[in-house]
Amino acid sequence: MKKFGFEISKGRQLNFDEMKSEKVEKLLELVPSYKWCIGCGGCTAACSAAGFTDFNIRKIHTAFFRAQYEGLDEQLNQCMLCGKCLLVCPRGVNTRSLIINMRRILANVDTVTWRPQRELKSKNEGGNNE
Amino acid sequence: MNSDNFHLFVLPFCIGVLFLLIFSVWKYWRWIRGFDKLQRAKIRKNIWTWRFLPAIWEAFREGLLHWRITKKNLLLGYMHRSLAFGWFLLIVVGAVQARLAFPDGHPLWIAIFFNYFEPSYSIDFPQAEFYANLMDALLIYVLSGLFLAMFKKVWSRPLGMKRTTRHTLMDRVAKFALWCIFPFRLLSEAATSSLYGNGGFMTRWLGNVLSSMGVADPAFELTCWMLYSIALGTFFCLMPFSRYMHIFTEVFLIYFRQLGVRDSDRKTGYTMFELSACSRCGICIDGCPMNRELGIVNMQGVYMLQSVRNLELQKNAEPIAENCLMCDRCVADCPVNIDLSVIRRQVRIKNKAAIDNKNGYGYLRNVQPFNSIGRVAYFGGCMSHLTPGISHSMEAIFNAVGQKYWYMDKDETICCGRPLLQQGFENQAFELRRKNTEMIVNSKATMLITSCPICYQSFKKEYKLSIPVMHHTEYINMLIESGKLKLRKDDRRVTYHDPCELGRGCGIYDQPRNVLKATTTLLKTKEEREHSLCCGFNLGNPLLDLEQQTAIRNAARDNLLAPKPDTIATACPMCKKAFQHADNVPVKDIAEIVAENIIKPNN
Repeated sequence: MKKFGFEISKGRQLNFDEMKSEKVEKLLELVPSYKWCIGCGGCTAACSAAGFTDFNIRKIHTAFFRAQYEGLDEQLNQCMLCGKCLLVCPRGVNTRSLIINMRRILANVDTVTWRPQRELKSKNEGGNNE
Repeated sequence: MNSDNFHLFVLPFCIGVLFLLIFSVWKYWRWIRGFDKLQRAKIRKNIWTWRFLPAIWEAFREGLLHWRITKKNLLLGYMHRSLAFGWFLLIVVGAVQARLAFPDGHPLWIAIFFNYFEPSYSIDFPQAEFYANLMDALLIYVLSGLFLAMFKKVWSRPLGMKRTTRHTLMDRVAKFALWCIFPFRLLSEAATSSLYGNGGFMTRWLGNVLSSMGVADPAFELTCWMLYSIALGTFFCLMPFSRYMHIFTEVFLIYFRQLGVRDSDRKTGYTMFELSACSRCGICIDGCPMNRELGIVNMQGVYMLQSVRNLELQKNAEPIAENCLMCDRCVADCPVNIDLSVIRRQVRIKNKAAIDNKNGYGYLRNVQPFNSIGRVAYFGGCMSHLTPGISHSMEAIFNAVGQKYWYMDKDETICCGRPLLQQGFENQAFELRRKNTEMIVNSKATMLITSCPICYQSFKKEYKLSIPVMHHTEYINMLIESGKLKLRKDDRRVTYHDPCELGRGCGIYDQPRNVLKATTTLLKTKEEREHSLCCGFNLGNPLLDLEQQTAIRNAARDNLLAPKPDTIATACPMCKKAFQHADNVPVKDIAEIVAENIIKPNN
């Protein structure tokens, strides 16, 4: 049955004092592009899983940022990691990595604090030994 | 005279050989016991066949002659061949020589330290002169390889390697021991020759030089032989803990591979053979787009295997395994043919086990197949939805040849599961595969055609479908060859980009080219076929950011634009999407080019 959203929704008040931002900080550290999102919703429009369900990456993105973690992991499990969102994102947010790392953080799996080197090498240098 | 057949100096060598023998037998036995059911079944099925013959040939060709390395670079091949084949011949000829001198048998060390124990042999018997000279020639052959190896350490470019491997301490020590062996051998034989005047042309000459210098002295001779023995013993003792374990392991790996054993998604005994068969030659580093464009040199195949193999490095195994495009370029380059991507995936699967939750796909339960008896199923793939030109063209082609089809994922796209599997979500991928298999089987379609090479490889290798699976380039090629599809030739000049998953993944190189040759003028690019460059947008690497992906993409684009084409052709929606905005040159999928050039039968 389609839900038209007319039912009474839960209170969505946020208490900033109670918010624990460790998880957000962890995510920002692992996926720096997390903060580039402008909330355009292109990812959700392209999403394969959103064709079947109300899976919505933009919503999850916001909910995670606001520390509303309830039910988020079940939501995230619906993702098929096909990568369409990655290609439509106008800001270059690494959405797949975002989803994988959100899942790891929510499941309290030890995440590796490691990213690839960010410096880009100019093409002509390098090629030395050892 | 050293009439006795034993001297204390042979002890280091004997201990080394004994240790190596016991340790390798124990290790190999443990690994063979670690094979999984499927691998055991393969071995049981094929062990009593003639497959050992091609295995022997391949072991000779790759283990001793190093054919694949020679094809990469002549000098590099010569270096490896002289060290491997030269040393092998040195051992064989030494054994023959010792057998001739001692027809009733002899202890092992006699063959190795022959000149010390039998200094008068090459003088007393004229026919033995030949062997002495042969041994000297072989030693020169090995030493020339050793010289090249030292030269490579200083400057590796002439040997075709821009970058060489950064070795662990153990590997360096073992290499030092190996490098000591042959000069010490020459020196000790020369020292004996300076006393007795025996040996071949080179040892005799060097012996004369030593006598003229006044060091012809039994004590000096004994010291030299002692050092030679210690170098051998050290090398043999370090071998099981260093990269030199590949010398024997490669032979086993070749044999098991010939028996049909393949790696699975779990770390098995076969994986252990693959890990040890890596010689850490570092050939995988130069081709890797992560090194070429981004200068990242800590995650290539050689380091990944090292991190999995060495216990102390295992904490690095995860980041190293994650940071890879899975473009299989290293697999194509690897002279030992190790299945690097599968091992990388094993690490990823192990690390994702805690969050691999397959319960999220309940929503797929209601998706129903279309009854398509007598039709072909067309699977566009997720990415084709972002490049609708491809699926529209395919529909036009189906209509042109009057083929009824079922566009499987037109409205409701279910992923093939490969992107999940590449990231290590094994159970989730299985769930999607199960659903898709159910859909295809229930639809009773006669053939599956897909536009996306990622899906194609998945359907071909991971699904167990009973109907034929084709990529659309294969299908179009078949239509052209059978005369069903008539195409006009236009005056476009195109270059073709080999998608990683289609080319290196499934070996489809010729069909797309045949199709392109039928409609356009196909230009050659510098790096194509198995050496093609990844477009950078491959789903294998979740860690790269857009800037880095673009850098890899630009390198591939420059390669394609070098022959000045009018159009870039590719066969993958992902690659098309990657190149689309890279330059003003239009990027087209092969299906689109074909659809533009169909000659309608009624015209």
